Amino acid sequence: MNEITGAYDWLTTGANWQGEKGVWHRLAEHLYFSGVTLAVACVIALPLALYLGHIGKGGALAVNISNIGRAVPTLALLILLTLTPLGEHGDAPTLIALVLFAVPPLLTNAYLGMREVDRAVVEAARGMGMSGGQLFARVELPLAYPLIMTGVRSAGVQVVATATLAAMAGEGGLGRIITAGFNLQNTPQVVAGALLVALLALLVEGVLVLVGRLFDPRRGTRASGEAAR
Amino acid sequence: MAQQNCLVTNDWICGEYLRTRSQELIDATLQHVGITLASVAIGLAISLPLALLARRWRFLAGPILGVTTVLYTVPSLAMFSLLLPFFGLSVSLVVTGLVLYSLTVLVRNILAGLQAVPDEARDAAKGMGYGPLRLLWEVELPLALPALLAGVRITTVSTVALTTVGAIVDYGGLGTLILDGLDTTFKAQVLTASVLCVLLAIVADVLLLGLQRWLTPWTRVHRIRTSRADREAAVAKVAEPA
Repeated sequence: MNEITGAYDWLTTGANWQGEKGVWHRLAEHLYFSGVTLAVACVIALPLALYLGHIGKGGALAVNISNIGRAVPTLALLILLTLTPLGEHGDAPTLIALVLFAVPPLLTNAYLGMREVDRAVVEAARGMGMSGGQLFARVELPLAYPLIMTGVRSAGVQVVATATLAAMAGEGGLGRIITAGFNLQNTPQVVAGALLVALLALLVEGVLVLVGRLFDPRRGTRASGEAAR
Repeated sequence: MAQQNCLVTNDWICGEYLRTRSQELIDATLQHVGITLASVAIGLAISLPLALLARRWRFLAGPILGVTTVLYTVPSLAMFSLLLPFFGLSVSLVVTGLVLYSLTVLVRNILAGLQAVPDEARDAAKGMGYGPLRLLWEVELPLALPALLAGVRITTVSTVALTTVGAIVDYGGLGTLILDGLDTTFKAQVLTASVLCVLLAIVADVLLLGLQRWLTPWTRVHRIRTSRADREAAVAKVAEPA
């Protein structure tokens, strides 16, 4: 497999990591796109989903948005946005497309997390005289946390993946190494870029799993619960 | 007159484009449908035995689900590019990538469906002298069918969308038209192909829903309590790759 050894050579050539088109610069662009959009998507989707889950309405909305999200091709949306007047504003098409694709998993998982909290527990908390706000902060949110974080993880991985496609619409990011490789008919570079992108996606998934564990509001209680048993 | 000029003025919506390029659109749509059908069919043929293996031998379930989930994490552009050394610029490259993506949802749903088969049903069939194969074919698979078909629906819809990325190797069906439209800033072509792509996903989903209803008439009787939206959302929990 010449391409595989070629990819290794490409990755170990220092020159490929430097400059405007180098790996470091593309990685920085990639992380900038992904970070900004994940933050924006969380700010938009999470409060809405948590509120709807708390009052128990909007299930159809959560489902339909996630179904529509699945049917719309990322590539088509990116290219459509690039051809609109927005395309003249640099990163705008990429950022908008990324946010749109990050919202559905966040919305669906956070809503479901809230709805799947045991009704008996909620009733018990109400019986103890908790107000709506207390119920939300002390009961529903901690119990829904694992599913909410699943949503954040899916959204994060998806944003990283979608940021790769931005390269096909002529934007930056690690995907550019792949598309440039295709244009130069340089298969080792294509494979090297693909390896970098795949590794980044797996790394982001791993980091988000760790972050999720670290901030688990029930981390202490879960551990002591295990010990008690 | 204005209508004829829409190709010149590069409008988003252009009847003249539809008339003059209909053959190109039909070819791209057929390629898109072909790639999707092949991917989902092969995906199903691979995931059924995988799900059966995972159910039969517990220790295999972890690795099978783990590997298919990791595959799901790989971005599509990278997936297709990583397969390039093995397949070259070919349609098999696109189909293979899409098959790999389909495994996650399909294996999970088939496994969940099989595990949800009530023990009483299994015991009753065994008591009636059903062998393992007949038990699987006549009792377990039909009962697992709703979950299986739900997985097929999710997979089909996301495969239709993902096929567009195959444009990078010129086998993206409508995606190829979309990408070409970007290079030539041909707005009508980009919009028309995008809309067709979404329509294709919706049509496929509705057809599969019909198939599901037709094949599993008994599921309609027991529709009680749990709100339909909440149940469907539970199925939709896995996010789609991009």
